[in-house]
Amino acid sequence: MTPLLAINSLTLAFKNLFQHTPVLHGISLSIAKGEKVALVGESGSGKSVTARIILGLLQETATAEIGGEVWFEGRDINAMRKAERAALRGTDMSMIFQDPTSSLNPTYTIRSQFVEVLRRRTADLSRGDCDERMISLLEEVRIPDPLRVLEAYPFQLSGGMNQRVMIAMALANRPKLLLADEPGTALDVSVQAQTLSLMHHLVDNHQTAVLFISHNLGVMREFADRVYVIYRGRIVEYGSTGSLFAGPLHPYTQALMAAVPRITGSGLPDLPEISDTFLAPPVSHGGTL
Amino acid sequence: MRPGSFLGQHILNSPLIRLLLQRLGISFIVLIGVSMLIFVIARVIPGDPARIALGPNAAPEQVASLRAAMHLDDPIVVQYGFFVLDVTRGDLGKSLYTNRPVTVDIVQFLPATLELVFAAGIIMVGLGLPLGILAARYHGRWPDNAVRIFALLTVSAPSFVWAVILMLLFAFYLPLFPIAGRISDIYEIDRVTGFMTIDTLIAGNLVAFQDAFSHLVLPAVALSLSGIGQAARLTRANMVETYEKPFIEMAQAYGFFPSRIARIYVFKPSLIPSLTIIGLDFAAMLGNAFLVEAVFAWPGLSRYGVAVILRKDLNAIMGTVLVIAITFLIVNILVDLLIAFLNPRIRYSTRVDA
Ligand SMILES: Nc1ncnc2c1ncn2[C@@H]1O[C@H](COP(=O)(O)OP(=O)(O)O)[C@@H](O)[C@H]1O
Ligand SMILES: [Mg+2]
Repeated sequence: MTPLLAINSLTLAFKNLFQHTPVLHGISLSIAKGEKVALVGESGSGKSVTARIILGLLQETATAEIGGEVWFEGRDINAMRKAERAALRGTDMSMIFQDPTSSLNPTYTIRSQFVEVLRRRTADLSRGDCDERMISLLEEVRIPDPLRVLEAYPFQLSGGMNQRVMIAMALANRPKLLLADEPGTALDVSVQAQTLSLMHHLVDNHQTAVLFISHNLGVMREFADRVYVIYRGRIVEYGSTGSLFAGPLHPYTQALMAAVPRITGSGLPDLPEISDTFLAPPVSHGGTL
Repeated sequence: MRPGSFLGQHILNSPLIRLLLQRLGISFIVLIGVSMLIFVIARVIPGDPARIALGPNAAPEQVASLRAAMHLDDPIVVQYGFFVLDVTRGDLGKSLYTNRPVTVDIVQFLPATLELVFAAGIIMVGLGLPLGILAARYHGRWPDNAVRIFALLTVSAPSFVWAVILMLLFAFYLPLFPIAGRISDIYEIDRVTGFMTIDTLIAGNLVAFQDAFSHLVLPAVALSLSGIGQAARLTRANMVETYEKPFIEMAQAYGFFPSRIARIYVFKPSLIPSLTIIGLDFAAMLGNAFLVEAVFAWPGLSRYGVAVILRKDLNAIMGTVLVIAITFLIVNILVDLLIAFLNPRIRYSTRVDA
């Protein structure tokens, strides 16, 4: 079975007049339909840029130099035209962000932003149909009073409530792939855990594939089927969550695990840039990249 | 709580009303300050107002009786009291220049100035904001640079210089627009609002409206040019900053159309900080109108103001300054209300969930 998403030797560099800064050095990664995959690495290792490339956003940035292939349902996103990439966003792919409250526009109500999201899939959806859809979607994320939330502005809602709204929006058009970039890291730990398990439950129900990005291995343990460990723009180890946690082989992964109890994810190891283990091919626990 | 009562409740205990009352209070205090300032300046200017009013040939007894009538022999505080009392009764005294009550002069000349300033304000907002949106949407690309050059050009010369340039170009060398005045002499239009474009429409005379409109174009454009540039630059700067916000990345990640993102999702949050300055620019046009009116022989309050200043016509000067200050304050209140209306954080300060 062909995977939903297959990234092949993806490279990225940012260039300006004076310098050329490589960020990704040939990443390969795949996600099957309905699979939940984690991409774990310390901050600055290139997780968010990977997500932005999958969404086809970074391709529009003049300073970004992208190489390699990003196959989504048999089509290479890197080779697509701008309009084709744009057509995938908000329909077959969607995204959840770090801070739900600042990811919603402060000058518009939840309703008007949600309507815009729904109309990405069905452009001529009537107001009444929109309302019906939104209410059932908000009920799905266990928001007790959907009508009141629709009328509200994001700053009138708590972070946890906004996160539920974001999850409802992200799943509204039944995307095939959900990108979750450190979702809810800005929230309280308990609220974060609550909304994560809600998201977990929903993507299982809808068979949505997820690329879950985090700097925290611990969070992944219950969530992901498979894990990729990224370090300075390279995948250093990957495998099923079970075997990776049972026997981490790469020193960086081992160090990441040592840091797990600290939920803030600080105190990550710093390997020398050039070492035997660093440039070696990624450690595999079986399966494809 | 039912959704209906949730909405109604917000409209009823409207923070907008509270804001309006607060701004009115502040404006009242400012107005008192302005009136004191005008009054003191008028009394400090050398020369006996009674003597100036009566002319050099008047007998000393006449001057003395006028001085008494004008309360000029009373202590300055008492004089100020009489001044305020007169003003609140709508009595600004008599103009030496026109020999009519100053209020009559102002009623005659103010609408022409307001018409010019409003037209310029509409052009400033109508062109400046879209240009700013365009520049921000394509920032770093050629539309941005084109707008930048245009904006630099417009702010590089004051409005009266633009007035002269526009007049030379589009009224003299290329006679597209009339050179002076508000309307051609052949039209007799009943005065209703004092706004010539509106009065011609009320009279149902479309040809006259066209004529009045073409008279308005050049002075209004001249007056608005530097404001267009400033509004465009300001809008662009605020929008470029907003483009970096997570909620815009969200809009892009969900595939909202780039032009909608610019016009709707970036523009509105960026407009709120721009509006205060745009409001001030608009008010500043009241001052700039002085010279533009002079260039185009526009029969407005500014031209009247210049004329009375040159004649040391104290009552008229005080009246003019007072009216301009009041207009300035009203514009500021309107801008503040607009900002509050656009910014839901001011409108709704309550949280919906616990
Ligand atoms: N638009 C950009 N221009 C230049 N450098 C960038 C840009 N976006 C990201 N980078 C750089 O790419 C690297 C990876 O960033 P990112 O993917 O955001 O890391 P993270 O793994 O924390 O999400 C960082 O060093 C960052 O500075
Ligand atoms: Mg990141």
